[in-house]
Amino acid sequence: MGTKLRLRESPSQTAGPYVHIGCVPNTCGVGRPFMTDLGAVMLGDKTPGERIAVEGQIFDGAGDVLKDALIEVWQADHAGQYATATAGQPGVFSGWGRQATDLDTGRFRFETIKPGCVQCADGRLQAPHISFWIVARGINLGLNTRMYFSDEAQANAKCPVFLQVEEQFRPTLTAERNGDVYIFDIYLQGAKETVFFDI
Amino acid sequence: MKARPEQFQSRDRTWQPKALTPAYKSTRLRAPGRPPVLFANTLSETTGPVFGHDMIGPQDNDLICNYASSDGAAIGPRIAVHGRVRDENGRVVPGVLIEIWQANSAGRYRHKNDTYLAPLDANFGGAGRTITDKKGCYTFQTVQPGPYPWPNSENAWRPAHIHFSVFGSGFAQRLITQMYFEGDPLIPLCPIVQSLNDPAAVNQLTARLDMDTAISMDRLAYRFDIVLRGTTSTPFENRLEGN
Repeated sequence: MGTKLRLRESPSQTAGPYVHIGCVPNTCGVGRPFMTDLGAVMLGDKTPGERIAVEGQIFDGAGDVLKDALIEVWQADHAGQYATATAGQPGVFSGWGRQATDLDTGRFRFETIKPGCVQCADGRLQAPHISFWIVARGINLGLNTRMYFSDEAQANAKCPVFLQVEEQFRPTLTAERNGDVYIFDIYLQGAKETVFFDI
Repeated sequence: MKARPEQFQSRDRTWQPKALTPAYKSTRLRAPGRPPVLFANTLSETTGPVFGHDMIGPQDNDLICNYASSDGAAIGPRIAVHGRVRDENGRVVPGVLIEIWQANSAGRYRHKNDTYLAPLDANFGGAGRTITDKKGCYTFQTVQPGPYPWPNSENAWRPAHIHFSVFGSGFAQRLITQMYFEGDPLIPLCPIVQSLNDPAAVNQLTARLDMDTAISMDRLAYRFDIVLRGTTSTPFENRLEGN
C-alpha cells in the first residue's frame, strides 16, 4: 500500500487507411458479423432538443479532402448533461456518434441535437460545443478539437475553454449555420489550420 | 466511492509519437503545424460513452469463425490474443470496448481500397470486438496476420500487426494503436513503428508469445496489455484493484 504504480500510456499508432473494417465495417463491405455500425445513429424519435446536422470535410496541407478519416463526436444533451445511457442501443441518445468521411467525397454528417451548456467545476458555463476526435492514415495520435456554434456568440464569449484559444484562431472552431445544418470544415495544416486541443 | 475523476493526467507528448514523422510520408500533409492547446479537463473530457456487455455477440471476439461459413474457418496460424487493460495508476479498467481489425494471413484486408495481389479469404472478415471483464481482461481468437507491402517508399513492408481501438471511461482516454508480434524482423524497418521516439514504446506495443495460454494441437497465444491514461486522483480514493 502507498506505492504508486506508474505505468505509461500505450503509445498511439495511426488508425491507417482501413480503420473502417474495425470501427464502421458496413461502410467498406465487411458487415458480418456487425450488421450495424456503432455510433451511426445518435438520436431516437423521442430525444428532446433541437434537431440539427453537422456536416463538413477534412482538408490536408495540399487542400485535398481526407476520404479515409474516422470521426467520433461526444456531446451533452439539450440540457447540458452528459448521458449515462449505454451507447450503441437504437433510439437512445448517448451523446456519442461515429462516422467515416465518405470514401468518395470525403464528406461527413452527424444527425444530432444541439447540446446545452456544460458546467465547469467552478460553476462557470461552457458554451454549447461538440467534442471531436479524428483519426486517419497519417495521423499518429488522434486529434481532439471542439465545434462551437456561430449563433451562440454570447455564450462563446464567456466560455472558459473557448477563451483559452487565441482570438485569431477562434473562428476555426465555429461552425456556420445554414438552415438546420452546421458546416464544420477541419483544416489539418495551413493558414486556416483548425485549433486542436491537448485534453 | 468517488463519482467522477476530476482530471486525467496530462498526456506525455514526448512518449507519444510526434504528429510529423516525415519518414512516414502520410504525416507530411496531415500533421498539424501548431502545437495543441492545453486546457484543464471538464466534464466533456472526463465523461465518455459507456458500452454494455449485452451488445457483444458470442462470436464477436472470434475472428476465426465470425465471418466464416458454418463449416468453414479462417486460413492461417491460429492464435489467441489476450491481455489486460489498466490505467497509468495500475488500476484495472473493466467494462470498456475494444475493437480490432487486421489483414488476413496473406496480408490482405477485406476493404474495397485494398488492391494488394494477395488473395482474400472467403472465411475471414478481419474485425472483432469485445468488452473487458471485471478484471480488465480481454481475449480475441484470430489468425496471425501477414505482412504486406505499402506505397510509403520503395519496397516498404508493414510488420504483421493488429489494429486496436480502445475506449476508456472518459473521451480523453480514447486510443487507437497497433499490436506487433515478438521477433518480427520488419518492426525496426517500419516508419510507422519508428514514429515512436523510445525503444521502450515499441516494446510496449510488441505482444509476447505466451506458451502458458497456447492450446496444445490447436493455437498459439500472444499477450498484449494496454494502458490508458489515469486520473490525477490517488489510488487510495478508490478500492485498490491491481493484482
